[in-house]
Amino acid sequence: MKAAVVVFPGSNCDRDLAVAFEQAGCDVSMVWHKETALPDGVDVVGVPGGFSYGDYLRCGAIAAQSPICKAVVDHADRGGYAIGVCNGFQILTETGVLPGALLRNAGLKYICRTVGLRVETSNSAFTEGYAKGDVIDVPIAHHDGNYFADADTVAALEDQDRIAFRYVDNPNGSVADIAGILSDNRRVLGMMPHPERAADVGHGGTDGVAVFRALAGLVTTA
Amino acid sequence: MKARVHVMLKNGVLDPQGDAVRHALGALGFDQVDGVRQGKVIDLDLAEGATEAQVAEMCEKLLANTVIESYSIEMQG
Repeated sequence: MKAAVVVFPGSNCDRDLAVAFEQAGCDVSMVWHKETALPDGVDVVGVPGGFSYGDYLRCGAIAAQSPICKAVVDHADRGGYAIGVCNGFQILTETGVLPGALLRNAGLKYICRTVGLRVETSNSAFTEGYAKGDVIDVPIAHHDGNYFADADTVAALEDQDRIAFRYVDNPNGSVADIAGILSDNRRVLGMMPHPERAADVGHGGTDGVAVFRALAGLVTTA
Repeated sequence: MKARVHVMLKNGVLDPQGDAVRHALGALGFDQVDGVRQGKVIDLDLAEGATEAQVAEMCEKLLANTVIESYSIEMQG
């Protein structure tokens, strides 16, 4: 399984994401934002958390226009796997790969703590290591994690079983308590919580490991 | 020539920053403020001959996220 982690100026979870992939058994390469193509044979792309381009204009807006992001969108359009965490989720919504947008937290504060997530579907390459209804502890660290989509979009996400995770106790005002969603082909996951920060006993918890283990077990190349 | 773009959160999208400003105005005694919406203004210096349609395309592709934001354009000489 080959993974690529995209690095933008201002990314700060890129190493964590790479280590999580490595510990799950993936070969990982880091890809700078100015690259125009992903390495050959990449199965899964990780779009990491952080503050790409200083969050200028809107979180993820500038990154979404970067050369490597066009390659990431093409990869997703070809049916490739991708996971966007935190700023990575914001970037994937800005590219249109995932629906909706992330607004300022309803309480206006940056929130950095571990929260409970309920697994809403085990029907994806990212969540098949969990059972639907499992509650897992995963850290969040964001100022703009308030997921918004119009009512029709949320209804479609629910009807198509594309809500991957919900907050047990909604910390940021996200519509329908949504913490993570899947693309229509179920091969792209975006989530505000950080599974890569719950992937080693040294982190204080390992509830995020299953996301990476399940991915590493895949062999499909897009 | 110049253009000024106003970007606002769409009606129906919660604006917690605007709401915080409204509360602060209330705390200062400005009881007459029923609501505040906060947006941004982007001024563009444009080459001669640039069109409003081109600015609209800039808004659609980058300056606004039309999932949550609306925009308006003022072309200025």
